Amino acid sequence: MSVDVAWAIDWVRRSAQTISEHRDELVELDRQIGDGDHGENLDRGFRAVVAKLDALEEPPAEIGDVLKLVATTLMSTVGGAAGPLYGTAYLRAAKVTGAAELDSAGVVALLEAALEGIVARGKATTGEKTMVDAWSPAAEAAVAAADAGGSPADVLAAAAKAAAVGAESTVPLAATKGRASYLGERSVGHLDPGARSSELLLADAAAAAAA
Amino acid sequence: MSAPGTRDVARVALVLVSHSHDLAAGAVELAGQMAPGVLLVPVGGTPDGQLGTDFDGIERAFAQATADGRSAVVLMDLGSAVLTAESVLDLADEDLVARVRLADAPFVEGAVAAAVTAHGGADLDAVLAAAEGAGRMYPVEKSDVVPTTLPDDGVVRETRTLLNPMGLHARPAAVISRMLASYDAKVTVNGVSAASVLALMKLGATQGTELRIEAEGPQAEEAVKVFVTEVERGFGEI
Repeated sequence: MSVDVAWAIDWVRRSAQTISEHRDELVELDRQIGDGDHGENLDRGFRAVVAKLDALEEPPAEIGDVLKLVATTLMSTVGGAAGPLYGTAYLRAAKVTGAAELDSAGVVALLEAALEGIVARGKATTGEKTMVDAWSPAAEAAVAAADAGGSPADVLAAAAKAAAVGAESTVPLAATKGRASYLGERSVGHLDPGARSSELLLADAAAAAAA
Repeated sequence: MSAPGTRDVARVALVLVSHSHDLAAGAVELAGQMAPGVLLVPVGGTPDGQLGTDFDGIERAFAQATADGRSAVVLMDLGSAVLTAESVLDLADEDLVARVRLADAPFVEGAVAAAVTAHGGADLDAVLAAAEGAGRMYPVEKSDVVPTTLPDDGVVRETRTLLNPMGLHARPAAVISRMLASYDAKVTVNGVSAASVLALMKLGATQGTELRIEAEGPQAEEAVKVFVTEVERGFGEI
């Protein structure tokens, strides 16, 4: 069993749709503890990604090509911290997915590379109320699911589930990285918008694999 | 090295990356006033004029700043500006990366300090150091210490007046000995060891007493500098 280029494209299109639907929610989350632009920025970024996908004459040959298109587009269009953070995540993921299909181990490699990209760019670790709090448990759950013999869809479902729990775990935390860190203790009690958008994107990866 | 004239451009340029168009433009205006011979490239806000950082704009600014063999120091105002600048460098070619440095510096003070240093014809490392040292501009300026080393004996000497109303009592004496313990230097005050709290207290130095500070050793200059700074701030008591 494997996921292919069509899955990657479906994931990206679903992501754009989801981010658009959750735009106001993400704006509101970011308004509470940040600069209030996360939803708008990501929505603009993913719209640009879809426009570029639509403009392709034929689908890319490899999953990595799709992810690289997402990476470079988000970097140049998002305009906030999410641009370089997600951009680097997709870029690192692209580097390990130079194939037309991925098995479960390949999907794990994709998720681990994305996590490494976010950590390298943001210099954050778990417990700092950031995207890492969603991606880190997601990557761990993916490894466990693959080790247990799960299919790529199982691996992505496990990752998505863990990301949702991880995102929720940011609520009681005080931010120590990013714009929210200026608020310190006042950031306690709020869901981190980056962790929330990470959860949404991983849910779409799973949904595309299950479709 | 001579300062560049009006027709020359300094070999180190600055790129000022801000979330705000006006802030970047204003910082360039301010720094440029003191460094007309330095190429200052502002990148502020998103292409559609909103607050944010502009990946493509930063990429273009880096190219412009490093053209004609120049190198560039980059000042950034907030976290995402740093992340975006780093991402641009991640994807840039090696030749450009080798000539660009991201400064961990306050945006405005760093820009002014770096611009003035670049205007003097300094190299990349010196301009970067000027930017990164700018955060400490005020404390250093306040004490304005330039320790004098006499070449003949290697002893660093400074004289300062004790400002503390209560004189050199136990607390400031303890501050001195603790502070100097981390320096590789032998320091004396009016002839007694500054490492000894008791010796310092026995000096009986009252407000207005002249303190003759002398130091020898590899870190003599640094030790005297921090000592003088503490004396001038009354060891935090005034």
